[in-house]
Amino acid sequence: MAPDGAGRPKETGLHIAAPRPDSWMQVTPKGLYCVPGDFYVDPARPVPRAVVTHGHSDHARPDHEAVLATSETLAVMRARMGAERAGRRQQALHPGDTLTRDGVAIRLAPAGHVLGSAQVVIEWRGSRVVVSGDYKRRRDPTCAGFEPVACDAFVTEATFALPVFRHPPAEREIQRLLESVRLFPDRAHLVGVYALGKCQRVIALLREAGWERPIYLHGAMLALCDLYERLGVRLGELRPVPAPEKRGGGGLLAGEIVLAPSGAEATPWVRRLAEPVVCAASGWMRVRQRAKAKGVELPLIVSDHADWDELLLTAAEVAAPEIWVTHGREDALIHALAQRGVRGRALHLIGRGEEDEEPEAGPSAVQPGAEPAEPPAAEQLAAEAAAQRQGGAGGPDAL
Amino acid sequence: MSLPAFATLLGRLVFTPGRNAKLALLRQYFALQPDPDRGVGLAALTGELRLRAAKPALVRELVAARTDPLLLGLSLDYVGDTAETIALIWPERGGVNAPAPGLAEVVEAMEATPRAELPGLIAGWLDALDADGRFALIKLVTGGLRVGVSARLAKTALADWAGREVDEIEEVWHGLEAPYRPLFDWLEGRGPRPDPAGAPMFRPLMLAHPLEEPDYDAIGPATHRAEWKWDGIRVQLAATAGGRRIWSRGAEDVSAAFPEIVEAMGFDAVVDGELLVMRDNVVAPFADLQQRLNRKLVTPRMMAQHPVHVRLYDLLIEGEEDLRGLPFDVRRQRLEAWFERTRPARMDLSELISFGSMEQLTEIRAGAREASIEGLMIKRADAPYVPGRVKGLWWKWKRAPLSVDAVLMYAQRGRGRRSSYYSDYTFGLWRPDGEGGEELVPVGKAYSGYTDAELLWLDRWIRNNTVARFGPVREVEKALVMELEFDGAQRSTRHKSGVALRFPRIARVRRDKPAAEADRLATLEAMIVAGPAPD
Repeated sequence: MAPDGAGRPKETGLHIAAPRPDSWMQVTPKGLYCVPGDFYVDPARPVPRAVVTHGHSDHARPDHEAVLATSETLAVMRARMGAERAGRRQQALHPGDTLTRDGVAIRLAPAGHVLGSAQVVIEWRGSRVVVSGDYKRRRDPTCAGFEPVACDAFVTEATFALPVFRHPPAEREIQRLLESVRLFPDRAHLVGVYALGKCQRVIALLREAGWERPIYLHGAMLALCDLYERLGVRLGELRPVPAPEKRGGGGLLAGEIVLAPSGAEATPWVRRLAEPVVCAASGWMRVRQRAKAKGVELPLIVSDHADWDELLLTAAEVAAPEIWVTHGREDALIHALAQRGVRGRALHLIGRGEEDEEPEAGPSAVQPGAEPAEPPAAEQLAAEAAAQRQGGAGGPDAL
Repeated sequence: MSLPAFATLLGRLVFTPGRNAKLALLRQYFALQPDPDRGVGLAALTGELRLRAAKPALVRELVAARTDPLLLGLSLDYVGDTAETIALIWPERGGVNAPAPGLAEVVEAMEATPRAELPGLIAGWLDALDADGRFALIKLVTGGLRVGVSARLAKTALADWAGREVDEIEEVWHGLEAPYRPLFDWLEGRGPRPDPAGAPMFRPLMLAHPLEEPDYDAIGPATHRAEWKWDGIRVQLAATAGGRRIWSRGAEDVSAAFPEIVEAMGFDAVVDGELLVMRDNVVAPFADLQQRLNRKLVTPRMMAQHPVHVRLYDLLIEGEEDLRGLPFDVRRQRLEAWFERTRPARMDLSELISFGSMEQLTEIRAGAREASIEGLMIKRADAPYVPGRVKGLWWKWKRAPLSVDAVLMYAQRGRGRRSSYYSDYTFGLWRPDGEGGEELVPVGKAYSGYTDAELLWLDRWIRNNTVARFGPVREVEKALVMELEFDGAQRSTRHKSGVALRFPRIARVRRDKPAAEADRLATLEAMIVAGPAPD
């Protein structure tokens, strides 16, 4: 798969005259800002103009004036935060189409992270920056695959940027889940998943593996699965987890698979299930201590982020002379990029977390039948990010 | 596939809290894995695998040669465990087509390979395995394997799978070694029962039921015998021409921890007794014995500071003769006669307590003052020695427990079945805070004794009265009093309060009692000296 634009004439005079990427894409407290276009990408606070890469709450914030995104991402935002908070004006941009504004060309390219997720390709005076948002390189039946775009500066995540993170094939992990269901037919299998993306991907993978029984959903999963279906992603028969017949009753759904926000296993809601085998589908499950600390009985390594090898592969494919790292384990990635002759730079954006870890389903958010959780307040996210940096590895902002 | 299959089993066992689930995983392993690998796996699970181990440094050097030092350092910092980091970071080489090694193959090759060739051998295996397989291999070849199940549980699963009783397996077990071919042949109906011959085997123990009020009437001096119940650990000493073993209650071989007892076992018999720390004929508190438990190596200093002793109460086998079918009284006579002849060092006989009536026995129990006495054992005079807990033959009659009214301070979620409940509690008692007021100081933890209904109520109370969270722990409003029951209180420098409780559990929830009226630490301190209160 030849990166689109790879044949772009790099040695022309035009290119040499092109402005340096960091002269026109800048890090501000509100997020990454395009100076000549006067817009932000995934801003952490309300802004007049935002381009949003995907619907996860650390990228898509409420209350912007105008939002540009794929139509799927806009739909996800409306489903999660309500139409009135998902941007006063919403504009859909079809991947591949170009929108030009004040001499800045904006295009969206699939990022392979969740349904609707896109990289933002921004070009100004012959200088091209690609803001990838979160991405993965593995096949995902629920969304379009990542397309590498050659550029002058590539903005990457680094969630799993340590060489200990190499995700096994997700299909193999689904087989492990199904083997466990066969071994423990008298127990329910409760899989902790993120409500947007992971949930639907696990369902789709189960269907591909031949699991045709109804899949049962915690209330916090229902709305987004409905939306995926409406957007044309077939998930098979889904049912809400039933309430026990009498208060405090249990023993339900033996032999079935139940998806719920991670953390649901710690709430009284779980008592209705038959001796649940607590599973979690997350890239973090690669590390035993993480799985232990969460009390997970069957860790499943299924991630919607690039692993170590894929981060480096992507850096090579986009062939950018510099790579900006938004969040995660920047030091390791920047070190490895330097060995490959690529300049890495830590952006320390405020408000980015490990969304897999985010207690989207804190105990209060996962009461039976609950609506999708309200995204955490921007201030709280900013405070958490600041606290992480205080004790963290990255040192002061590189700017 | 066999090392990967074993790695998968270990991976699941380590995360699985439930006993039944562990048994299911183990049964499946024994059913699906071929010989000799499953036998080697069984040895690893029961802690009996003998393997020439490589030094951990060897594996560290292998990975250092294959990774960037800074990235390795960052990874170690992040993951914490060295073996796990190496398993995860090991660079997989494309085009490696070597099959994953078998478990038996690894054990044999570790034995047979010259030291200089070990690095190449181990690196080749690591190249052929996935991350779980590499983790198991590293732990295996460096001798650091932890399996997360007891030997007893592994044997129970084996027995379940084969449709036998676990005690049948115990009876033949100790004459066998990895990979246990004769055992599997017998269990699968292809061969005879292995003959344990002269090996010092474990005999399943006879256990006691707690004595409750309705049982009192059946007990009398004509039909029953009474002994003190000492607060030590139950041991079975088995000595034959084939060897000497000290078995714990769970059939674990604990001989290595008590070499002075092994030395004193210069007899051909199997005896049942209580292991105690004793100084000048006085039994020391259980905390002293704890210093000697779970040790692979014992220093002379430890042996001098915490001298151990076995108080004998039954004779199961004498020479070739199995006495287990004989009545207690007859076994007791044989025990006394045998002891008179043998006089083993570091051992004595458990005293028979004479009593004229149940009333008198009640007084004797109440009058016991020694902290190391847990209560009384009552045994039917005509009972044979039978494995397990057969009701009506042996009774344990613990002293009335001590209790305090303590304030709930912290709660933590349980594991497994209780993972949605705050079921583990830390309690405090009041003491002067040095500024004229009172403060709570933690005195102990308890996670049993409540009913299901009480647990449900407590869980809700805790969720509604949380004042702070520290990871999985919630600090609660200091407002709920519970009666905490325990078998004894000892001084402890490891606890902030200076007191350690023995077997604390919850007697009842005192919703009627204001926290300010809970007990003072001084009340508990007085119990250290006074011992348990009479009924």
